[in-house]
Amino acid sequence: MTTAAPVTPVARAGERMLPAYFLAGVLFGIVLTKGELVSWFRIQEALRFDGLYIYEVLSSAFVVATPLFWWLKRRRLRSLAGEPIAIPPKALGRGRRYVIGGAIFGVGWGLTGVCPGPLFALLGAGVGVIAVMIFSALAGTWVYGYLRPTLPH
Amino acid sequence: MLELLHHPWPWYVTGPLLGLVATSLLVIGNKQLGVSSNFRHLCAAVFPRNVAFFKYDWTRTGLWNLVFAGGIVVGGFIGGVLLASPEPVAVTARAHADLAGLGVHDFAGLVPHQLFHWGALLTLKGWLLIVGGGFLIGFGTAYAGGCTSGHGITGLADLQLPSLIAVIAFFAAGALASHFLLPLLLSG
Repeated sequence: MTTAAPVTPVARAGERMLPAYFLAGVLFGIVLTKGELVSWFRIQEALRFDGLYIYEVLSSAFVVATPLFWWLKRRRLRSLAGEPIAIPPKALGRGRRYVIGGAIFGVGWGLTGVCPGPLFALLGAGVGVIAVMIFSALAGTWVYGYLRPTLPH
Repeated sequence: MLELLHHPWPWYVTGPLLGLVATSLLVIGNKQLGVSSNFRHLCAAVFPRNVAFFKYDWTRTGLWNLVFAGGIVVGGFIGGVLLASPEPVAVTARAHADLAGLGVHDFAGLVPHQLFHWGALLTLKGWLLIVGGGFLIGFGTAYAGGCTSGHGITGLADLQLPSLIAVIAFFAAGALASHFLLPLLLSG
Protein backbone atom coordinates (compact mmCIF):
# COMPACT_ATOMS: atom_id res chain seq x y z
CA MET A 1 0.00 0.00 0.00
CA THR A 2 1.19 3.50 -0.67
CA THR A 3 0.88 6.35 1.78
CA ALA A 4 -0.66 8.71 -0.77
CA ALA A 5 -3.61 10.78 0.41
CA PRO A 6 -6.87 8.91 -0.05
CA VAL A 7 -8.90 9.98 -3.07
CA THR A 8 -12.19 11.16 -1.69
CA PRO A 9 -15.42 10.79 -3.65
CA VAL A 10 -15.64 14.59 -3.86
CA ALA A 11 -12.16 14.81 -5.40
CA ARG A 12 -13.13 12.15 -7.95
CA ALA A 13 -16.30 14.04 -8.77
CA GLY A 14 -14.12 17.15 -9.21
CA GLU A 15 -12.08 15.39 -11.88
CA ARG A 16 -15.25 14.23 -13.59
CA MET A 17 -16.21 17.90 -13.86
CA LEU A 18 -13.13 18.89 -15.90
CA PRO A 19 -15.05 18.81 -19.22
CA ALA A 20 -17.64 21.14 -17.67
CA TYR A 21 -14.92 23.61 -16.66
CA PHE A 22 -13.52 23.42 -20.15
CA LEU A 23 -16.92 24.21 -21.69
CA ALA A 24 -17.43 27.09 -19.23
CA GLY A 25 -14.01 28.41 -20.33
CA VAL A 26 -15.00 28.15 -24.00
CA LEU A 27 -18.18 30.12 -23.29
CA PHE A 28 -16.20 32.70 -21.28
CA GLY A 29 -13.70 33.07 -24.15
CA ILE A 30 -16.50 33.58 -26.68
CA VAL A 31 -18.16 36.18 -24.43
CA LEU A 32 -14.83 38.00 -23.95
CA THR A 33 -14.25 38.23 -27.70
CA LYS A 34 -17.80 38.80 -28.99
CA GLY A 35 -18.45 41.19 -26.11
CA GLU A 36 -15.27 43.07 -27.14
CA LEU A 37 -13.74 42.85 -23.66
CA VAL A 38 -10.54 41.70 -25.37
CA SER A 39 -10.55 44.87 -27.46
CA TRP A 40 -7.76 47.32 -26.70
CA PHE A 41 -9.99 50.01 -28.19
CA ARG A 42 -12.83 49.25 -25.76
CA ILE A 43 -10.55 49.19 -22.71
CA GLN A 44 -8.92 52.50 -23.66
CA GLU A 45 -12.37 53.99 -24.35
CA ALA A 46 -13.33 53.10 -20.76
CA LEU A 47 -10.09 54.14 -19.06
CA ARG A 48 -10.03 57.46 -20.94
CA PHE A 49 -13.67 58.10 -19.98
CA ASP A 50 -14.72 58.26 -23.62
CA GLY A 51 -17.58 55.77 -23.37
CA LEU A 52 -19.67 53.69 -20.99
CA TYR A 53 -19.53 50.26 -22.65
CA ILE A 54 -17.17 48.49 -20.20
CA TYR A 55 -18.95 50.05 -17.23
CA GLU A 56 -22.31 48.85 -18.56
CA VAL A 57 -20.92 45.33 -19.02
CA LEU A 58 -19.46 45.13 -15.51
CA SER A 59 -22.56 46.67 -13.91
CA SER A 60 -24.91 44.23 -15.62
CA ALA A 61 -22.63 41.28 -14.70
CA PHE A 62 -22.87 42.50 -11.10
CA VAL A 63 -26.66 42.85 -11.25
CA VAL A 64 -27.02 39.28 -12.53
CA ALA A 65 -24.36 37.54 -10.42
CA THR A 66 -24.96 39.17 -7.04
CA PRO A 67 -28.48 37.83 -6.36
CA LEU A 68 -27.54 34.42 -7.81
CA PHE A 69 -24.48 34.16 -5.53
CA TRP A 70 -26.56 35.29 -2.56
CA TRP A 71 -29.28 32.76 -3.29
CA LEU A 72 -26.83 29.85 -3.81
CA LYS A 73 -25.08 30.60 -0.53
CA ARG A 74 -28.29 31.18 1.39
CA ARG A 75 -29.81 27.89 0.28
CA ARG A 76 -26.58 26.09 1.22
CA LEU A 77 -26.87 24.14 -2.00
CA ARG A 78 -24.33 21.55 -3.01
CA SER A 79 -22.39 21.88 -6.24
CA LEU A 80 -22.72 19.19 -8.92
CA ALA A 81 -19.34 17.87 -7.71
CA GLY A 82 -20.83 17.42 -4.24
CA GLU A 83 -19.31 20.07 -2.00
CA PRO A 84 -21.41 22.76 -0.31
CA ILE A 85 -21.34 26.07 -2.15
CA ALA A 86 -19.47 28.58 -0.02
CA ILE A 87 -17.27 31.48 -1.15
CA PRO A 88 -14.37 32.02 1.24
CA PRO A 89 -14.03 35.70 2.23
CA LYS A 90 -10.77 37.38 1.20
CA ALA A 91 -8.75 38.56 4.19
CA LEU A 92 -8.69 42.33 4.32
CA GLY A 93 -5.74 42.64 6.71
CA ARG A 94 -4.39 46.13 6.40
CA GLY A 95 -5.60 46.17 2.83
CA ARG A 96 -2.31 47.32 1.38
CA ARG A 97 -1.97 44.40 -1.01
CA TYR A 98 -5.23 45.37 -2.70
CA VAL A 99 -4.24 49.01 -3.12
CA ILE A 100 -0.62 48.46 -4.18
CA GLY A 101 -1.13 45.23 -6.13
CA GLY A 102 -4.28 46.58 -7.74
CA ALA A 103 -2.45 49.76 -8.77
CA ILE A 104 0.50 47.84 -10.26
CA PHE A 105 -1.88 45.64 -12.24
CA GLY A 106 -3.81 48.78 -13.25
CA VAL A 107 -0.71 50.37 -14.77
CA GLY A 108 -0.12 47.23 -16.84
CA TRP A 109 -3.78 47.15 -17.82
CA GLY A 110 -3.89 50.81 -18.83
CA LEU A 111 -0.69 50.49 -20.86
CA THR A 112 -1.57 47.30 -22.69
CA GLY A 113 -5.37 47.35 -22.63
CA VAL A 114 -5.26 43.66 -21.73
CA CYS A 115 -6.11 41.80 -18.52
CA PRO A 116 -5.58 38.09 -17.74
CA GLY A 117 -8.81 36.63 -19.24
CA PRO A 118 -8.32 38.45 -22.55
CA LEU A 119 -4.64 37.39 -22.59
CA PHE A 120 -5.78 33.81 -23.07
CA ALA A 121 -8.63 34.75 -25.42
CA LEU A 122 -6.38 36.89 -27.65
CA LEU A 123 -3.93 34.00 -27.93
CA GLY A 124 -6.78 31.90 -29.30
CA ALA A 125 -7.89 34.75 -31.54
CA GLY A 126 -4.53 34.56 -33.26
CA VAL A 127 -2.57 37.52 -31.84
CA GLY A 128 0.66 35.53 -31.62
CA VAL A 129 2.82 38.07 -29.83
CA ILE A 130 0.43 37.81 -26.86
CA ALA A 131 2.32 34.60 -26.01
CA VAL A 132 5.28 36.79 -25.05
CA MET A 133 3.02 38.85 -22.81
CA ILE A 134 1.71 35.70 -21.10
CA PHE A 135 5.28 34.58 -20.52
CA SER A 136 6.22 37.92 -18.97
CA ALA A 137 3.06 37.80 -16.81
CA LEU A 138 4.30 34.42 -15.53
CA ALA A 139 7.67 36.02 -14.81
CA GLY A 140 5.90 38.84 -12.96
CA THR A 141 3.93 36.38 -10.84
CA TRP A 142 7.08 34.38 -10.11
CA VAL A 143 8.99 37.47 -8.99
CA TYR A 144 6.06 38.45 -6.77
CA GLY A 145 6.13 34.99 -5.18
CA TYR A 146 9.88 35.32 -4.62
CA LEU A 147 9.61 38.81 -3.08
CA ARG A 148 6.37 38.13 -1.21
CA PRO A 149 7.94 37.81 2.27
CA THR A 150 9.50 41.27 1.90
CA LEU A 151 6.44 43.11 0.55
CA PRO A 152 3.79 44.96 2.59
CA HIS A 153 0.39 43.21 2.67
CA MET B 1 -28.82 33.18 -36.88
CA LEU B 2 -25.13 32.64 -37.69
CA GLU B 3 -25.15 36.08 -39.30
CA LEU B 4 -26.33 37.51 -35.99
CA LEU B 5 -23.50 35.76 -34.11
CA HIS B 6 -20.93 37.55 -36.27
CA HIS B 7 -22.04 40.92 -34.97
CA PRO B 8 -20.55 42.20 -31.72
CA TRP B 9 -22.77 41.51 -28.73
CA PRO B 10 -24.31 44.47 -26.87
CA TRP B 11 -23.46 45.13 -23.21
CA TYR B 12 -26.79 43.78 -21.98
CA VAL B 13 -25.94 40.39 -23.48
CA THR B 14 -22.24 40.37 -22.59
CA GLY B 15 -22.52 41.48 -18.94
CA PRO B 16 -25.26 39.05 -17.88
CA LEU B 17 -23.43 36.17 -19.62
CA LEU B 18 -20.29 36.98 -17.60
CA GLY B 19 -22.41 36.82 -14.46
CA LEU B 20 -23.83 33.47 -15.56
CA VAL B 21 -20.38 32.00 -16.28
CA ALA B 22 -19.25 33.00 -12.77
CA THR B 23 -22.41 31.44 -11.32
CA SER B 24 -22.03 28.25 -13.36
CA LEU B 25 -18.55 27.64 -11.90
CA LEU B 26 -20.04 27.78 -8.41
CA VAL B 27 -22.78 25.37 -9.42
CA ILE B 28 -20.42 22.94 -11.16
CA GLY B 29 -17.90 22.56 -8.36
CA ASN B 30 -17.95 25.53 -5.96
CA LYS B 31 -15.21 27.26 -7.96
CA GLN B 32 -14.66 31.02 -8.09
CA LEU B 33 -14.10 32.65 -11.46
CA GLY B 34 -10.62 34.18 -11.44
CA VAL B 35 -8.20 33.91 -14.35
CA SER B 36 -4.98 35.37 -12.87
CA SER B 37 -4.65 32.46 -10.40
CA ASN B 38 -3.55 30.45 -13.41
CA PHE B 39 -0.26 32.35 -13.55
CA ARG B 40 0.43 31.12 -10.02
CA HIS B 41 -0.67 27.58 -10.85
CA LEU B 42 1.59 27.51 -13.91
CA CYS B 43 4.54 28.76 -11.85
CA ALA B 44 3.78 26.11 -9.21
CA ALA B 45 3.58 23.42 -11.88
CA VAL B 46 6.66 24.36 -13.90
CA PHE B 47 9.12 26.33 -11.77
CA PRO B 48 8.27 26.32 -8.06
CA ARG B 49 11.93 26.24 -6.90
CA ASN B 50 11.92 26.84 -3.16
CA VAL B 51 9.42 29.69 -3.17
CA ALA B 52 6.76 29.15 -0.50
CA PHE B 53 4.10 30.90 -2.64
CA PHE B 54 4.39 28.08 -5.18
CA LYS B 55 4.63 25.13 -2.79
CA TYR B 56 1.13 23.71 -2.84
CA ASP B 57 -0.78 20.96 -4.61
CA TRP B 58 -1.61 22.83 -7.83
CA THR B 59 -3.36 19.80 -9.33
CA ARG B 60 -5.87 19.81 -6.50
CA THR B 61 -6.56 23.55 -6.37
CA GLY B 62 -5.62 24.69 -9.85
CA LEU B 63 -6.16 21.97 -12.43
CA TRP B 64 -9.81 22.92 -12.98
CA ASN B 65 -8.75 26.55 -13.58
CA LEU B 66 -6.00 25.63 -16.05
CA VAL B 67 -8.56 23.55 -17.95
CA PHE B 68 -10.89 26.57 -17.82
CA ALA B 69 -8.08 28.77 -19.22
CA GLY B 70 -7.56 26.25 -22.02
CA GLY B 71 -11.25 26.68 -22.76
CA ILE B 72 -10.78 30.46 -22.93
CA VAL B 73 -8.12 30.01 -25.64
CA VAL B 74 -10.54 27.86 -27.67
CA GLY B 75 -13.35 30.34 -27.03
CA GLY B 76 -11.07 33.14 -28.21
CA PHE B 77 -10.54 31.24 -31.45
CA ILE B 78 -14.28 30.69 -31.91
CA GLY B 79 -15.24 34.27 -31.03
CA GLY B 80 -12.24 36.02 -32.55
CA VAL B 81 -11.67 33.97 -35.69
CA LEU B 82 -14.68 31.79 -36.62
CA LEU B 83 -17.23 34.41 -35.55
CA ALA B 84 -15.01 37.44 -36.13
CA SER B 85 -16.82 40.73 -36.59
CA PRO B 86 -16.20 42.14 -40.08
CA GLU B 87 -16.32 45.74 -38.82
CA PRO B 88 -13.85 47.58 -36.56
CA VAL B 89 -14.91 47.82 -32.91
CA ALA B 90 -17.56 50.54 -32.73
CA VAL B 91 -16.10 52.74 -30.03
CA THR B 92 -17.71 56.14 -29.43
CA ALA B 93 -16.85 59.02 -31.76
CA ARG B 94 -15.16 60.65 -28.80
CA ALA B 95 -12.92 57.62 -28.19
CA HIS B 96 -12.14 57.47 -31.91
CA ALA B 97 -11.03 61.10 -31.97
CA ASP B 98 -9.15 60.74 -28.70
CA LEU B 99 -7.17 57.68 -29.85
CA ALA B 100 -6.58 59.18 -33.31
CA GLY B 101 -5.09 62.18 -31.51
CA LEU B 102 -2.62 59.79 -29.87
CA GLY B 103 -1.56 58.45 -33.25
CA VAL B 104 -3.81 55.39 -33.58
CA HIS B 105 -5.28 55.37 -37.07
CA ASP B 106 -5.84 51.68 -37.78
CA PHE B 107 -8.93 50.60 -35.83
CA ALA B 108 -9.18 47.16 -37.47
CA GLY B 109 -9.04 43.98 -35.40
CA LEU B 110 -9.21 43.45 -31.66
CA VAL B 111 -5.90 45.13 -30.84
CA PRO B 112 -3.99 47.79 -32.84
CA HIS B 113 -1.59 46.08 -35.17
CA GLN B 114 0.91 48.93 -34.77
CA LEU B 115 1.44 47.92 -31.11
CA PHE B 116 0.89 44.16 -31.13
CA HIS B 117 3.09 42.45 -33.70
CA TRP B 118 6.33 40.50 -33.51
CA GLY B 119 8.38 43.34 -34.98
CA ALA B 120 7.33 45.56 -32.05
CA LEU B 121 9.62 43.48 -29.85
CA LEU B 122 12.59 44.95 -31.73
CA THR B 123 11.78 48.46 -30.49
CA LEU B 124 12.26 49.77 -26.95
CA LYS B 125 8.66 51.00 -26.76
CA GLY B 126 7.25 47.73 -28.02
CA TRP B 127 9.40 45.82 -25.57
CA LEU B 128 8.21 48.04 -22.71
CA LEU B 129 4.58 47.58 -23.74
CA ILE B 130 4.57 43.82 -24.30
CA VAL B 131 7.20 42.54 -21.90
CA GLY B 132 6.96 45.32 -19.29
CA GLY B 133 3.16 45.50 -19.44
CA GLY B 134 2.84 41.71 -19.15
CA PHE B 135 5.20 41.69 -16.17
CA LEU B 136 3.14 44.35 -14.35
CA ILE B 137 -0.06 42.38 -15.03
CA GLY B 138 1.44 39.18 -13.59
CA PHE B 139 3.10 40.89 -10.62
CA GLY B 140 0.14 43.12 -9.74
CA THR B 141 -2.56 40.46 -10.01
CA ALA B 142 -0.58 38.05 -7.85
CA TYR B 143 0.05 40.82 -5.30
CA ALA B 144 -3.62 41.86 -5.24
CA GLY B 145 -4.80 38.24 -5.28
CA GLY B 146 -7.02 38.71 -8.32
CA CYS B 147 -7.79 40.64 -11.47
CA THR B 148 -10.74 42.00 -13.39
CA SER B 149 -12.46 38.61 -13.19
CA GLY B 150 -11.59 37.42 -9.67
CA HIS B 151 -12.07 40.79 -7.99
CA GLY B 152 -14.12 42.65 -10.61
CA ILE B 153 -16.75 39.97 -11.21
CA THR B 154 -16.56 37.30 -8.49
CA GLY B 155 -15.43 39.43 -5.53
CA LEU B 156 -17.79 42.31 -6.23
CA ALA B 157 -20.75 39.98 -6.76
CA ASP B 158 -19.94 38.42 -3.39
CA LEU B 159 -19.87 41.95 -1.89
CA GLN B 160 -16.30 41.60 -0.65
CA LEU B 161 -14.64 44.81 0.50
CA PRO B 162 -11.08 43.75 -0.49
CA SER B 163 -12.31 43.28 -4.06
CA LEU B 164 -13.93 46.72 -4.11
CA ILE B 165 -10.63 48.25 -2.95
CA ALA B 166 -8.70 46.34 -5.64
CA VAL B 167 -11.18 47.32 -8.37
CA ILE B 168 -10.99 51.01 -7.44
CA ALA B 169 -7.18 50.76 -7.37
CA PHE B 170 -6.86 49.17 -10.78
CA PHE B 171 -9.38 51.42 -12.47
CA ALA B 172 -7.69 54.52 -11.01
CA ALA B 173 -4.20 53.34 -11.94
CA GLY B 174 -5.43 52.17 -15.34
CA ALA B 175 -6.94 55.59 -16.07
CA LEU B 176 -3.73 57.32 -15.02
CA ALA B 177 -1.59 54.98 -17.15
CA SER B 178 -3.86 55.44 -20.14
CA HIS B 179 -3.84 59.23 -19.82
CA PHE B 180 -0.18 59.81 -18.98
CA LEU B 181 1.93 56.77 -19.97
CA LEU B 182 0.17 55.50 -23.10
CA PRO B 183 0.74 58.82 -24.98
CA LEU B 184 4.49 58.45 -24.32
CA LEU B 185 4.48 54.93 -25.79
CA LEU B 186 2.48 56.00 -28.84
CA SER B 187 4.46 59.15 -29.64
CA GLY B 188 7.20 59.09 -32.24
